[in-house]
Amino acid sequence: MSIDRETARKVAKLARIAVPEDRLEPLAGEFNAILGFIEQLQEVDVNGVEPMVSVTPQRLKRREDVVTDGNQPQAALANAPEAREGFFAVPKVVE
Amino acid sequence: MSLTDLTIAEARDALRAGETTATALTEAHLEAIQGAGALNAFVHHTPEIALEQAKAADARIAQGDAPDMCGIPIGVKDLFCTKGVASQAASGILDGFKPEYESTITDKLFTAGAVMLGKLNMDEFAMGSSNETSVYGNAVNPWRAGNSDAALTPGGSSGGSASAVAANLCLGALGTDTGGSIRQPAAFTGITGIKPTYGRCSRWGVVAFASSLDQAGPMTRSVRDAAIFLGAMSGHDLKDSTSADLPVPDFEAMLTGDIKGQVIGIPREYRMDGMPEEIEALWRDGTEMLRDAGAEIRDISLPHTKYALPAYYVIAPAEASSNLARYDGVRFGHRAKLSQGDGITEMYEKTRAEGFGPEVQRRVMVGTYVLSAGFYDAYYNRARKVRTLIKKDFEDVFAAGVDAILTPATPSSAFELGAMTDADPIQMYLNDVFTVTVNLAGLPGIAVPAGQDKRGLPMGLQLIGKPWEEGSLLNVAQCLEDRAGFVAKPAKWW
Repeated sequence: MSIDRETARKVAKLARIAVPEDRLEPLAGEFNAILGFIEQLQEVDVNGVEPMVSVTPQRLKRREDVVTDGNQPQAALANAPEAREGFFAVPKVVE
Repeated sequence: MSLTDLTIAEARDALRAGETTATALTEAHLEAIQGAGALNAFVHHTPEIALEQAKAADARIAQGDAPDMCGIPIGVKDLFCTKGVASQAASGILDGFKPEYESTITDKLFTAGAVMLGKLNMDEFAMGSSNETSVYGNAVNPWRAGNSDAALTPGGSSGGSASAVAANLCLGALGTDTGGSIRQPAAFTGITGIKPTYGRCSRWGVVAFASSLDQAGPMTRSVRDAAIFLGAMSGHDLKDSTSADLPVPDFEAMLTGDIKGQVIGIPREYRMDGMPEEIEALWRDGTEMLRDAGAEIRDISLPHTKYALPAYYVIAPAEASSNLARYDGVRFGHRAKLSQGDGITEMYEKTRAEGFGPEVQRRVMVGTYVLSAGFYDAYYNRARKVRTLIKKDFEDVFAAGVDAILTPATPSSAFELGAMTDADPIQMYLNDVFTVTVNLAGLPGIAVPAGQDKRGLPMGLQLIGKPWEEGSLLNVAQCLEDRAGFVAKPAKWW
């Protein structure tokens, strides 16, 4: 499996990271080095093996379905790069 | 003896005996930090908070209401959210972020009276093994090789924590460990570091890297200190659904140093080609120390060891790509300046390109790739199956009667900063070859300094224990510490 420039471009897009045109080729090379390393996993016989879901065998706890936190819009917005009228502000999404 | 030379246990006893005060301890450490800028270990300084906490600690001690950590000055890795104090995971994307809340672990420690001196340097988002991916610049190892004045890495990702503890800038520090990020830097700086069982400490308020692998732990100058510190940060937390609802034993009380009759496994797969003879010799010496102490030494096999790093480099980036999706320039941290006509997609893409460093970008994209349609089964699901097999390797040897496993902590001693700049990323990843299995299996692991190489640099051994048995693991570590007798300190040059 080899990653080319176009695949690198697609992955960068999916990850929402702007990658300049001249970085795509070297990036594809770095991906290939890492994927080449990961490729060793194909040697392992995993027939009938369950993929791990939780490393410690425990059931997730349940609790009453009630509000336990919240109602602090000021704290939620305190670190926003841009906030207006109690909301996070972003560039226009709908034309 | 200077106040900064004390262990946590000694400081606790001195505080309770009225021989010193938390304020005096804190002032001594603040002064040491002031003079240690060259190490670049502390990246956010909080002297006002520290002195206020020290004053409160002194009042508690005077009233006889002092838990073990009361009045103990510590450093906190920048990965922990600390209320009102910059917490940016050494990343540009969290520039200016000051949490409105306190992580469960720092909250527990502060409630116990611990004193925060400041935040510590680390690799960006804990991704790295040399502290060279930090937005704050490199943290520097207080140790130097022989007569060389070349700057060495303190290891990573908890490099600032390791450097600060080794240089006596704090009595102990918080670290986190996803693939070896407590144990490798501890080994590189001649200190002790334990990664507890997955679920022992709450992850709430700790900036997430790979949630199924991340655990916090203490970095200290003795095994006893690790036991005291770990006890204060452990325990169930309703805010972390993976934290275990199990009682926290008195770890310190379990340190008898007596390991007679215990079975110590020596895994043959950890004998790597090209491993320096000095590391091999250290491992042999450590084995003999435990044998002399009355342990039964048993050769064991952990057959899937070889596949741990490749599995890790699927699982960790996959989880990271998901966890780091939250850094979008909307709710916190950095937002890129936009050009005329840029929409929300450009805002995301530019913000993340500016805010994330190269290693973080690389891992997020690798994670995105292995989770993408068509590759999910071939990479991610296969890695999770291999992880099951790696865990089973350990279960099998524990079921056969092994109590703990002894391995080298790292494949080398500390290397020069910049030495890996031109190497491909895999070379850096190999630093974690002995530690990463432990994260994949969710087990407790501890690095203990056990010797020095011919250039005088510290080297560490790793002990791996059964789930939830940190107490007996710390006890084996205590035995190793007693017998190795590692007392060397770096000569002060900073």
